[in-house]
Amino acid sequence: MKTLAKFLTAAALSTALLAGPALAAGKVKNAKDIAFSFEGPFGTFDRAQLQRGFQVYQEVCSACHSTDLLSYRNLGDHGGPEFPEAQVKAVAAEVEVQDGPNGDGEMFDRPGRPSDKFKAPFSNDNEARASNDGALPPDLSLITKAREGFHYPWYVSPFIKMWTGNGGPEYVHAVLTGYTDPPEKEADHAPEGKSYNAYFAAGPWISMAPPLTEDGVEYSDGTKASVDQMAKDVSAFLAWAGEPKMEERKTMGLRVMIYLLILAILMYLIKLKLWRDVEH
Amino acid sequence: MSGHSTYEPKNPLAKWFDKQLPILSMSYDFMVFPTPKNLNYLWTFGGILSMCLVIQLVTGIVLAMHYTPHVDMAFSSVEHIMRDVNYGWLLRYIHATGGSMFFIAVFVHILRGMYYGSYKAPREILWILGVIILLLMMMTAFMGYVLPWGQMSFWGAKVITSLFSAIPFVGDWVVTLLWGGFSVDNPTLNRFFSLHYLMPFVIVGAVALHIWALHIPGSNNPTGVSVKSGQDTVPFHPYITMKDGFAAIVFLVLFAFFVFYKPNYLGHSINYEIADPLKTPEHIVPEWYFLPFYAILRAIPDKLGGVLAMAGAIVILFFLPWLDTSRVRSAKYRPIFRQFFWLFVIDVVILGFVGANPPEGWWITVGQFATAYYFAHFLLIIPLVGLIENPKPLPASISESVLANHPKGEPAAQPAE
Ligand code: HEC
Ligand code: HEM
Repeated sequence: MKTLAKFLTAAALSTALLAGPALAAGKVKNAKDIAFSFEGPFGTFDRAQLQRGFQVYQEVCSACHSTDLLSYRNLGDHGGPEFPEAQVKAVAAEVEVQDGPNGDGEMFDRPGRPSDKFKAPFSNDNEARASNDGALPPDLSLITKAREGFHYPWYVSPFIKMWTGNGGPEYVHAVLTGYTDPPEKEADHAPEGKSYNAYFAAGPWISMAPPLTEDGVEYSDGTKASVDQMAKDVSAFLAWAGEPKMEERKTMGLRVMIYLLILAILMYLIKLKLWRDVEH
Repeated sequence: MSGHSTYEPKNPLAKWFDKQLPILSMSYDFMVFPTPKNLNYLWTFGGILSMCLVIQLVTGIVLAMHYTPHVDMAFSSVEHIMRDVNYGWLLRYIHATGGSMFFIAVFVHILRGMYYGSYKAPREILWILGVIILLLMMMTAFMGYVLPWGQMSFWGAKVITSLFSAIPFVGDWVVTLLWGGFSVDNPTLNRFFSLHYLMPFVIVGAVALHIWALHIPGSNNPTGVSVKSGQDTVPFHPYITMKDGFAAIVFLVLFAFFVFYKPNYLGHSINYEIADPLKTPEHIVPEWYFLPFYAILRAIPDKLGGVLAMAGAIVILFFLPWLDTSRVRSAKYRPIFRQFFWLFVIDVVILGFVGANPPEGWWITVGQFATAYYFAHFLLIIPLVGLIENPKPLPASISESVLANHPKGEPAAQPAE
């Protein structure tokens, strides 16, 4: 153990190999599994859910988080929330976008268009930090792919995850709904301005105050806007934001699989016929 | 390639052409190449590997048309491919999954060679070329993984390139050369992209030599007994082409399963977060196919020692033909070696799990034992077993062993698969 420690100090980088997991591993709680409509080989996104999720994103999260990889036009894309074109235009037009320079060399503001990227709430990371007590609200474009909600012991993890996936959307849902009072021994040294959240990957203290409150948004389809419902909807929306071609992929996958299986059977029969007369 | 071709072009134009550049007769010889008739499905992985190489080349070249090797744009250019390029998601998922599929196939291929003694005379050069291909593949895959410039791309590159600093005297100089500066940064990404584009073509060259070397002695076979007469063989086409074709399609089913249904299962989630030199991820782990070697690296409590052990784990394969003292090729006739073969496979799997877990507690001990066993397999077990083992009697020929499997009169059964 001592020599190992020496090795690690010698290779300054390798420190991360040992120190990292000791800090965080085992402490993060497993996210609650949710039966999302987009799971499994035939799962598709629930359009109404994506539309509700976008509403939550737009009205709540976008005040702090950017989603740089989405453009407004994506909201109308096939396999996504599939908002009607007029609505996509209207959503885009709500923001002011800086464009230019014009013929006089001046930058100017204009209403957004569907081809514009989602407008970020802050113009740079430093501004974002300054407005959030020094913490950076991460870009949410890929959050459901970059984070894992499920942590299992090493001897089952590779097998279980083959079926459950990494639980990225569950992670987002768990962070949004997982605020609790800290356990007593932690409560004494609670950092200023932070909340206790046992699901947060870099936690358990998080600089995001609980963003969702009961009936925080008003759904137009009459769904009750409970915290849990909003968290599910926005997690589904972010799952789509991370993997916008998922439906196309699964549809093509089914065709490819059927094609390959038929071809495999035919090839096997050819091979069988060919080798029938050879002792082997 | 050996001896004179029996091919005589009939068409005068073909005759004229073939006389000056005998590509036609070479292709013909290739197609009729006598191949043992008792090959099992483990022999289809050579064809599968060639297919993997072509898939990586084609998808890679198209990806490179849309990818930008710059630290500020690499990550978003990959996402641009995933979102805005027509079927870009398909290309990228095929290429990323293809790296793993390539390694699955190459591991089966290598273990096949170890089991049936394909590395022994007269195939040592063929085997050595194979190990060179493995090394080239590892370098290519390592540099490819850096290109999307996610967290694991960056930190994996940093940890692995830093290892070179352990080389005495020139270590720091080598690291600076690899990085193109004093940290992993834009010059590093640029040179890795350039080399990642180049290396697959070097692999193509090595594969050509590998296949050339194969066509001198011909394929080994499950009995390990050399071909004695035309009775023992079938022409490569159509017998082997159709069988390889069938196996390749079954392999593609597995490939497609990952591409379409589990495209990110074989990667790391954290690589979907853009590289941040100021934020070290919790666990830095390489791709699954490097894990056993990573475990060997960490098993030695000394940086230089670890690097040497990791390199040695591959270099030792070069010497395998001379470490093996048994004159019998196939493990089928080697009752003791056969059991040690499977112990070796289990050992490598254990090393894989060790590599995937943080070096804490009993993982360290397990890793050290498994590493010791890995080397003992080559340096002690293989030489000794060859000396003390009493091999089973070998069949006189391939035909005889085939007949022993299903006596005359009965229809030929399928080979054990
Ligand atoms: C008032 C600003 C604010 C709002 C509104 C907000 N967040 Fe956050 N969020 C933050 C900050 C700041 C962090 C970083 C916390 C930290 O690092 O401790 C964060 C972190 C997160 C994380 C964890 C990221 C990680 O690294 O694992 C998720 C997930 C998240 N936010 C999702 C959301 C969603 C979804 C919404 C909308 C329902 C939302 N946030 C609304 C400020 C906000
Ligand atoms: C031996 C064959 C090859 C192997 C094993 C291989 C392996 C890999 C791997 C593992 C990645 C990272 C995938 C990811 O997580 O995104 C990658 C990326 C990449 N490769 Fe290759 N590759 C090969 C050949 C090629 C060739 C011939 C090209 C053509 C120039 C190429 C171009 C690229 C590009 C542009 C990327 C970055 C895009 C991306 O990340 O998807 N590769 N490669």
